[in-house]
Amino acid sequence: MTARPLLRVEGLRVALDSGPDIVSGVDLTLAPGEILGLVGESGSGKTTLATAILGHARPGARIVAGSVSVNGVDILGLPPRELRRARGKLVSYVAQDPATALNPALRIGTQLAEMLAVHRPDLRGAAVAGEIDGALRAAGLPPGEDFPRRYPHQLSGGQQQRVLIALAFLPRPRLVVLDEPTTALDVTTQARVLASVRGLCRDQGVAAVYVSHDLGVVRGLADRVAVMYAGRVVETAALGTFFSPGHAPLANGVPGRPAGPRHPYTHGLLAASPDVDARRTLRPIPGHAPHLGGRPAGCAFAPRCAHATAICETEVPVPDVAGGEHQVACHHPLGGPPGPEEPSAREEATEDATEDVRRENRPIPDRGPSTRAPEDTRREERSRPGAGREPLLRASRISFSYGARQVLHDVSLDLTEGAFHALVGESGSGKTTLARVLSGFGGQVTGELTHDGAPLAVSGADRPAELRRRLQYVFQNPYRALNPRQTVAEILGTPIRHFFGASRDEARQRALDALDRVALRPEIARRRPRELSGGERQRVAIARSLVCEPRVLICDEITSALDVSVQAAILELLTGLRRDGLTVLFVTHDLGVVRAVADEVSVLRGGRLVEHGPADAVLDAPGETYTRSLIAAARGRS
Amino acid sequence: MTVPTPAASPEKASGPQTASGAGPGLEGRTAPGAGPGPGGPTARAGWGRWLLRRMAYGVTAIWATSAVVFAATQALPSDPAMAILGRDATPESLARLRLELGLDRPLWQQYLTWLRGVLTGDLGRSLDSGTDVGTLLGGRLANSLALLVCALTVALALALALGVFAALRRGGPADRLVTSAAVSLQAVPGFVVAIALIILLATTVWPVFPAASLLEPGISPFAQPWYLVLPALTLVVAETPYLLRQVRSSVIDALESDYATAARLRGVPERRVIWRHALPNGLVPAVQATALTTSVLLGGSLVVEVAFSYPGLGGALNAAVGARDIPVIQAAALLLAGGVVVVNLVADLVTVLLTPRLRTGER
Amino acid sequence: MRARDDGTPHAAQENLPDDGRVRQERVSGDRVRGSLTGAHRFLRDRQVRAGALVTALVVLVAVLGPLAAPYAADELVGLAYGAPAPGAPLGYDYLGADVLSRMLLGGRSIVLTTVCAAVLALLAGGSIGMLAAWTGRFADRAVLWCADVLLAFPHLILVLLAVAMLGRSRWLIVATVAITLLPGTVRLARSLTLGVMGQEYVEAARLMGYPRRRILFREILPNITTPLLVHLGAMLTWSAGLIAAMSFLGYGVAAPAADWGLMIDENRGGLRVQPWAVLGPVVLIALFALGVNTLAEGLGRAAARAEEEP
Repeated sequence: MTARPLLRVEGLRVALDSGPDIVSGVDLTLAPGEILGLVGESGSGKTTLATAILGHARPGARIVAGSVSVNGVDILGLPPRELRRARGKLVSYVAQDPATALNPALRIGTQLAEMLAVHRPDLRGAAVAGEIDGALRAAGLPPGEDFPRRYPHQLSGGQQQRVLIALAFLPRPRLVVLDEPTTALDVTTQARVLASVRGLCRDQGVAAVYVSHDLGVVRGLADRVAVMYAGRVVETAALGTFFSPGHAPLANGVPGRPAGPRHPYTHGLLAASPDVDARRTLRPIPGHAPHLGGRPAGCAFAPRCAHATAICETEVPVPDVAGGEHQVACHHPLGGPPGPEEPSAREEATEDATEDVRRENRPIPDRGPSTRAPEDTRREERSRPGAGREPLLRASRISFSYGARQVLHDVSLDLTEGAFHALVGESGSGKTTLARVLSGFGGQVTGELTHDGAPLAVSGADRPAELRRRLQYVFQNPYRALNPRQTVAEILGTPIRHFFGASRDEARQRALDALDRVALRPEIARRRPRELSGGERQRVAIARSLVCEPRVLICDEITSALDVSVQAAILELLTGLRRDGLTVLFVTHDLGVVRAVADEVSVLRGGRLVEHGPADAVLDAPGETYTRSLIAAARGRS
Repeated sequence: MTVPTPAASPEKASGPQTASGAGPGLEGRTAPGAGPGPGGPTARAGWGRWLLRRMAYGVTAIWATSAVVFAATQALPSDPAMAILGRDATPESLARLRLELGLDRPLWQQYLTWLRGVLTGDLGRSLDSGTDVGTLLGGRLANSLALLVCALTVALALALALGVFAALRRGGPADRLVTSAAVSLQAVPGFVVAIALIILLATTVWPVFPAASLLEPGISPFAQPWYLVLPALTLVVAETPYLLRQVRSSVIDALESDYATAARLRGVPERRVIWRHALPNGLVPAVQATALTTSVLLGGSLVVEVAFSYPGLGGALNAAVGARDIPVIQAAALLLAGGVVVVNLVADLVTVLLTPRLRTGER
Repeated sequence: MRARDDGTPHAAQENLPDDGRVRQERVSGDRVRGSLTGAHRFLRDRQVRAGALVTALVVLVAVLGPLAAPYAADELVGLAYGAPAPGAPLGYDYLGADVLSRMLLGGRSIVLTTVCAAVLALLAGGSIGMLAAWTGRFADRAVLWCADVLLAFPHLILVLLAVAMLGRSRWLIVATVAITLLPGTVRLARSLTLGVMGQEYVEAARLMGYPRRRILFREILPNITTPLLVHLGAMLTWSAGLIAAMSFLGYGVAAPAADWGLMIDENRGGLRVQPWAVLGPVVLIALFALGVNTLAEGLGRAAARAEEEP
């Protein structure tokens, strides 16, 4: 790093007015033109840290201690008027949600012109128009007269985000803070927006702090990565430390490669993150992330850490320069030769090692090399009942319209019994619609469904109770899928009594069994959904389906609202259920998840089936350009 | 009217795909734009068509109110002929008058006759005084409008000023004072306010204004403003608290919105954030709130007019109900209800015009 | 694309107990708290306590007052507009009856009719709104249209029309006040039901094929009761105002009987000489409306807060 960093954050602490720290003791530096990826799961304080760089804390919180200097200017010490000038001009901000961060009542051009009027009042007339034109072009938006006359709601999500980026770069700042700017976007859009950001930073020599919950997103962009956990930066290192050049997460201590990440949390995060290039068992991080008021003394990760000792519970580890720019805040940083307590799955995740991993970890049965033909794969499914027979669920030439708009066009899909089937697509591809049609939501459907060779009614209301029970659907959002006024016992007991006519006591017993199957403690039965975390709620939702003793479980993006470490746990649960013989249809936008868990995959685009086949075969050698572009986008290349 | 062209960018619209948005819905979910209420125009239909539909809806509503009014008055337990001729009338003269008034015809024919009269401006004759209802109510309507315009202007100005003031000082002592005063006043019935004001400003404590608003007939109420003060003040006290609280909460929403925060983080001066970003968005809900309170205001005006003996429409209606003067009741009730429908229509229109998302009718 | 936890404010605010507005962060923070429900949780709120206290006082006066009244309602014991005197601390009214006695006697009818009208409107409007939303299509539109037409009439004018039409029996007033409150309740119940029906747990229940009654009463109803009860509070305020106004206009309780609204109307003429005969009932009506309103608003706020922090 150069002698004089562009951004220097020292001892930064942001606390709620009510007491607890959101961010505590953060030190960061950033060289001019450098891009830092700031990665953390929800509640880690990354957004709070990001806005604190601009001297802002949300209502209800305060910057309590520490300093932030940008280009030698002490941001936190500035008087309000100077601070206002510095915001936008010296350091600017791109907000997370483009749909709400643009004023709905003002035209795009007006908002851009306002930015110039505030920060570059010397510009007049044609110069203003020229600047705006240039900024739109640089952000990948159509220049010209028409575009600036539009209102935010007339743009797509990607375009809105590009407008925010144009706004941020317009006053030519030295530093841009981007707060998860692509979270709400599709992967391909996301890749294009990331490319724009990269280009703008390079061309204008602007440094950036890029906040994300996803290590995968920053790897195509950042020079350095800082990992946050419970309000602290636990590890900072060059990007290469986290990822090998081939973009596979890096194993620890492999000779000839840069030393891998050293903080146990970073290890856990990488082990839980799906990777589109290699099939690995995703490993959840045990335990829960602490909530704001209840962060433990000492190392916040200690309760979840396999290496924790007495000191971890009492003393907060200070960041330690492990080698050059690599800083770790851990009493027992990992490194050197793999220790005995390190499961080899985490160690050997490179291409050559995947074979061993598959054999060693039973959750995903041996499927053989992914390049093998589908017939071989099926043979390898061994003596699974139903293999090679008529598919358990068959959809033929399904079309669906939503009013006048046709959402699905002649889609056909077979679900093999006992298989983990992934349905992939971007938003608007019709993947959720197809899953809902199979589940019996009804609507304007044409086409045929069969179950076990027998015709299956399109509308759930026309299906016999037996079939309604056999096909179970799990909703995307665990916060809306459970009745907030019922206890978990009631939520689980109702379908048991409805379908099996069981007595109250028996229903209760079966509900407890189901909780056990989804790895929840029996005390959960007395709780209401509000008292549960997102991951726990999703487990309860799955348990509600399991008590019906289904043959098919249709899961609609059930992990997309969850953190990666929680997602890994849910996926682990699902693969376990599949081993018990359950057929799973898993709707997702995430090809990494597909690689990790799916046997078969179908790719949808614009309501049409684009590609279908064994998951590994499709991902290794996609037959369609569209699939290829999805995979490329998932790798962080565009 | 701008007709937006579809996005030229290769990126597809990528709003969050919620389960309900793209998937088939269960039956029974309302289609967007099913009810032409103040939901605003939807889809790509454009707001021209929305306006037509909204107006048609308003017309049917007014027609329905006329039917309700007519039905209600026909059920009055009195005989108009008897009311006109008095109790001593002979059965023959009563029968003759009934025939003359068309009371022997079926109800629907009577209704159509009445409706035709209303549409041609002939509201019939008062049973009580025998004068033409149009002339009888015309002057009173003007008086009522004067009162309402005064009250609404002051109430709106007050609500906007205090609402924005409280929103800018949200959480502070000034805000708490304004808000709790509004909460308290909001609950108090209009006639209680009227009596309190009479005690305070007309009779007992500080008698400066007349307790009864005995307007000189034939002269505009604005020419004799001292009679307007107390009735208008009563309505202001009754109307302002609700409006104020609406303004306050929607301005706070706008001030704390993501786009206002984003503008601040872009270095936009706070004054500009307030005037350019927060207020234009924050004041739109006040339009709907104003329309919603019109009905309350009109109901309140009846009580206020009675309390201050103010010669307005409400007072006339009250007197007519007492005298069972059916044509007057019909005309006054129809005017009041029709007024509410029209005000709501205008408010919807203004809301749509002030909201680009509704105006351009997309997404 | 990542899902936002739309429609679930508590999801975003899970980690931040005291902060109203929070930038959306992703969902996690496994955390458990004991649930605290019941009346005492609402009574922690100062506004709720104050509202409940004032309401209880006025109701107590109205209900127990008749037992303490020294004279009968139509007993003429003093001079017309007689000033306060020993034995008659609030003086005498326009006929010479004891003001205090009439005040103690005149609350029962107004409180009773107010509560009956509001509860009736809640039950009828709530059921109609729920069923309209559930049935959908034509029935829903028809109900909505009727509600809109009724909403065009100012409350008081509708009651006035109805009373003029059918007479001034107490139960008719209750019914007509309930009818004027109906459209608002129907609209509220309908939109609340639609909101809950859009929730995925109701979709799940329909997909499982639960009986209709079960879905309506077990899945939907419990989730709309809180806002409906808050609305009941607001309706109590309105119906108190309406019924008192009707008495004031002379359409309420007939003359010799005691009633707060009627008293105001009767004694207005003597406001200069004997303000107590008006002021007393004015204060009681204002307190009743204020107490109920404060209580309702406080309950609404406390309920909203309870939704946010478990």
